[in-house]
Amino acid sequence: MNDKNEHPSVNDGDLESLSADEEKLLDELGLFGAARRQFLGQTLASGLGIFALQLLAKEKALAAMTSPDAVLAQNAASGDAIQVTMRINGSTQILTVDPRTVLLDALRERLGLTGTKKGCDQGQCGACTVIVDGRRVLSCLTLLASCEGKEVTTIEGLANGAGLHPMQAAFIKHDAFQCGYCTPGQICSAVALLREAEAGEASYVTRNLRTITKDLELSDEEIRERMSGNLCRCGAYPGIVAAIREVQSGRQTAQAWHFATQEEIAAVMNDKLLREGRSDETV
Amino acid sequence: MRPFKYARATSEAEAVQLVSATPTAKFLAGGTNLLDLMKEDVERPTQIVDLTRLSHLAQIRPTLNGISIGALATNAQVANHPLVRQNYPLLSRAILAGASAQIRNMATVGGNLMQRTRCPYFYDTAMPCNKREPGSGCAAFHGLNRMHAIFGYSDKCIATYPGDMANALYALDATVKIRGANGQERTIPIRDFHRLPGDTPEQDNNLQHGELIVAVELAKNDFAKHSYYLKVRDRASYAFALVAVAAALALEGDRIKQARVVLGGVAHKPWRSTEAEDALVGKEATEANFRAAAEAAMKEAKPLAHNAYKVELGKRAIVLALQRAMDETI
Repeated sequence: MNDKNEHPSVNDGDLESLSADEEKLLDELGLFGAARRQFLGQTLASGLGIFALQLLAKEKALAAMTSPDAVLAQNAASGDAIQVTMRINGSTQILTVDPRTVLLDALRERLGLTGTKKGCDQGQCGACTVIVDGRRVLSCLTLLASCEGKEVTTIEGLANGAGLHPMQAAFIKHDAFQCGYCTPGQICSAVALLREAEAGEASYVTRNLRTITKDLELSDEEIRERMSGNLCRCGAYPGIVAAIREVQSGRQTAQAWHFATQEEIAAVMNDKLLREGRSDETV
Repeated sequence: MRPFKYARATSEAEAVQLVSATPTAKFLAGGTNLLDLMKEDVERPTQIVDLTRLSHLAQIRPTLNGISIGALATNAQVANHPLVRQNYPLLSRAILAGASAQIRNMATVGGNLMQRTRCPYFYDTAMPCNKREPGSGCAAFHGLNRMHAIFGYSDKCIATYPGDMANALYALDATVKIRGANGQERTIPIRDFHRLPGDTPEQDNNLQHGELIVAVELAKNDFAKHSYYLKVRDRASYAFALVAVAAALALEGDRIKQARVVLGGVAHKPWRSTEAEDALVGKEATEANFRAAAEAAMKEAKPLAHNAYKVELGKRAIVLALQRAMDETI
């Protein structure tokens, strides 16, 4: 781990220590072999591994429970219920719902797709961003009823099997999140942004609207403006901009962070011991 | 959210008929304002008529004398349409100044015109608000009114119209095409579309219940070369305007032949300043003349307890918007 840019590796011992539930979860997440080692390496190294797995397990369990919505949908006497057929992450879904149901709640509570997050629930934060018919939209302000026949892509539908979408990989590489709650929305938004720039769509800060061409290469100012609908209260914006700039421009940039080296850890520990007047114990 | 019946309209006639038949029915397009207000219990429709399948209403097409923009065209579609960017860049930039990319993908031209105020007291059902509940009073008048109007308000309501697109449409003299309950079409010049609050702030505009906006039409103009939409916000992006300026100039030689100055965030409707326009026509496009126009625009402003800053901010914004309108690198 002395090499600054090397991901920490996970040995077979770590993998064997997973519980059956954790194994099953990783299977469901579609992470096998090298991808699984990489995922665990990244999450374990930051001290979040087991915590993250517990959270994932809890979300899976909640998603499997019968929701009030589901009870309502099964009530044949409910004459005002509406049936909606749409494609979600490539598979056809048919749902019978109360007309009040918004896409966000249908995804999370009916389909168990809890990757899409509920933040403000009133169109101000962007955490619920999904892609409908190729365009990024807010699922909290989208009535499910209006999604009839539409193609919906959520964060769960971006990866290609075990391979992360380039935007997902770039978010990890550039440390583009801290708590992670806004991240699915940020990534869906960023993926849709790529297509908008390719099509030559403008933003408020784009110059010379009358002479725009296709395949725009976005400056940091442009990326910030175009991503302003996704708030991040941890303030991971520099990493988010770096990740999007790398994928959008197609030019690899150096990762600006690294796991602490043994020497750096020792220096911090020694500093702490010195401050506590225990200089004889320094390593 | 309160229960409602949902219907997906298959024709304009059906949509108009369904909404006309029920006083508490509402049209649904992008939903970015209506759904939010329903979640907040401010809007309480019992019937929703979904327009989103009326795809012919999403068309943007050239006309003999300009362009016709279907009411269901999304903000993103309008802002990025080649004809709009080329001939009405002011409209593109005004739309792009509003909301976020996600919301611009959802919000429509018709819905944008129907957008309701963002006055926090309108949203807060624990507070009196004549717009939400006629006769209950205006909590903002003696309340926190930093975001509120400096022009054209009444003691019944000091709310502002929050949109950006309409400010550009005022500057470009748009016409709103409407289909009525009797099946007939009529047009309203954009300047007569929204209302000042007066004694009936619950009426944002001059549409009758059941009338459907079908298109917005723009004539040819000479403003494409020199126009700019400036929006001043509390943060760099994704916020409502403190003050916005739609500025457009048509030049003849060194002189200004025609001018448009429309202010956003200062009144219950987009506020066209003919005072500023008159001050500009026949003059050269100099900073001194822009300043004189800005002074003229703000002369009649009547700020409230917390928004006197809008007067000076408005003047500076007008000057900057006019300067950017003249800057051909922008």
